[in-house]
Amino acid sequence: MIDVNTLVGPYPFRYVPHPTPDALVRVLDREEIEAAWVGHLPSVFYRDPALGNAELLAMLQPFASRLRAVPAVRPDWPGWEAGLRDAKSAGAPAVRVYPPQWGLGPHDPRLRELAVAAGELGLPLVLTVRFEDLRQRHPLDVAGDLSAAAIRALARAGDTVRLVVTAAGREMIEEVHWGLTPAEQRRVLWDISWIWGPPEDHLSKLFRTIGAERFVFGSQWPMRLVQAPRANLDLLPDDLRRVSLGRV
Amino acid sequence: MTAARGAGEAPLAGPAPLIDAHAHFYHADAGRADWADVNAARFRAGERIGITYHVASVLGSYGFSSPTYFPSPADVERGNNAMLEIAQRERDRVRMFTTVNPNYTDHAVREIERCTERGAIGVKLLASRRADDPLLDPIAELAGERGLPVLHHIWQHRTREWPSQEISDGLDLARLAARHTNTTFILAHIGGGGDYMHTFRAVADVPNIYPDLSGSGVDRGMLDSAVAALGAKRLLWGCDLTMCTGLAKLRALDTIGLQTGEIEDIRWRNAVRIFPANSFERCSAEAVR
Repeated sequence: MIDVNTLVGPYPFRYVPHPTPDALVRVLDREEIEAAWVGHLPSVFYRDPALGNAELLAMLQPFASRLRAVPAVRPDWPGWEAGLRDAKSAGAPAVRVYPPQWGLGPHDPRLRELAVAAGELGLPLVLTVRFEDLRQRHPLDVAGDLSAAAIRALARAGDTVRLVVTAAGREMIEEVHWGLTPAEQRRVLWDISWIWGPPEDHLSKLFRTIGAERFVFGSQWPMRLVQAPRANLDLLPDDLRRVSLGRV
Repeated sequence: MTAARGAGEAPLAGPAPLIDAHAHFYHADAGRADWADVNAARFRAGERIGITYHVASVLGSYGFSSPTYFPSPADVERGNNAMLEIAQRERDRVRMFTTVNPNYTDHAVREIERCTERGAIGVKLLASRRADDPLLDPIAELAGERGLPVLHHIWQHRTREWPSQEISDGLDLARLAARHTNTTFILAHIGGGGDYMHTFRAVADVPNIYPDLSGSGVDRGMLDSAVAALGAKRLLWGCDLTMCTGLAKLRALDTIGLQTGEIEDIRWRNAVRIFPANSFERCSAEAVR
């Protein structure tokens, strides 16, 4: 199992304990998770993510067998194409984008261009719907959640596009999924970090309606407990407990 | 509606007693066709996790005929009747809070008397009136006289008004608790939205407030900070509306350096201490220290 939604580095709006690669590796060992895709948390809030990407690659280098760096690429900055190529050259399994934090609207053509270019290199875009519950955000944390419209627009951008959407809830997932053609739906994978289990059973309902193959394991560590998505899988109804998640 | 019991599997959270101090059930007048499925799912997950007792309430009609957080007296009664029926039918695993709306103070007092007489072991206050409002005093006083903990819905740090609720935070509840030192208050869901760090500071010096861990929030650091600020003897385990996060927090408690006794305090011993005597027959009384 791979955790596609982890990060390292501090968060600007609250204290996060031990957001380091070595702590992450210990967590993966404890939870019997094979490997993780890792982003750089401070870079979410940097204007230019380039130096954050460099720091991320350096931080993860000693743990390269378990932790795979997912650099951020900002398509409204000059030379983003080189950043994308660098990510590919560095062996990244995907690249991260943060449209709300960068002030990029749902129909920004530069995002679509990046999605297509990344797809042509075989790199999915990792999107983050939110980092914290709306009710607890710092007064300066005003970016807002990624919108369903933004995800639909990217999924429709081209055949090569692949998206891994993290931290979405049932309502958003359903709004996006049923607003896409079957071919477009197959371009999108969802992590399960913010989907609820029993008694409302959102995860099992989504598995039954959309299909477990459209979902991947993600925790949003170090912001959230890695135990949460595992617990959700463990509490699936009996007939779903052996389903296979999608593959990245 | 009785859900299947576990088929001989070991509970995911281990065999030790476990009390969910913050649970809810639905009923036919709750405005949703799948109400029985949701109740069954709570029992299914409870059996799988290893929950010994669900201490639960029904929140009126959940918005169907009056607002969830401002239930009419008629909906309060209908909901409490449904909860009484569930608690009596599921006697070996369900206990009940009496839900009241303090804006109807006399009705609230009568409901507490009526439901306690039939086995309720606590009082549930929603967000119908700010926690420090004097209208809550007769309810808090009666609860104290009867030894009934008051579970109060809390927004962790209110910085403005929000729609659909008259929210209270830790400071509001602390003012009520300071006026009723013989009453035990359960501060709802530190993972239920808002800034729990504010809550810990607000109630640290108010020993008759016991925060519960429930809510969808699973922030890393939340449990560690709660224990550091309040100690394990002030915390209650619970799920509220998301049992997956409840199980995740139980597993996380095993990783933050607590002693076995501290984990047991949070899992069940504190609940046994604060609820009326003999409320939980399946939890060993002599193990409570």
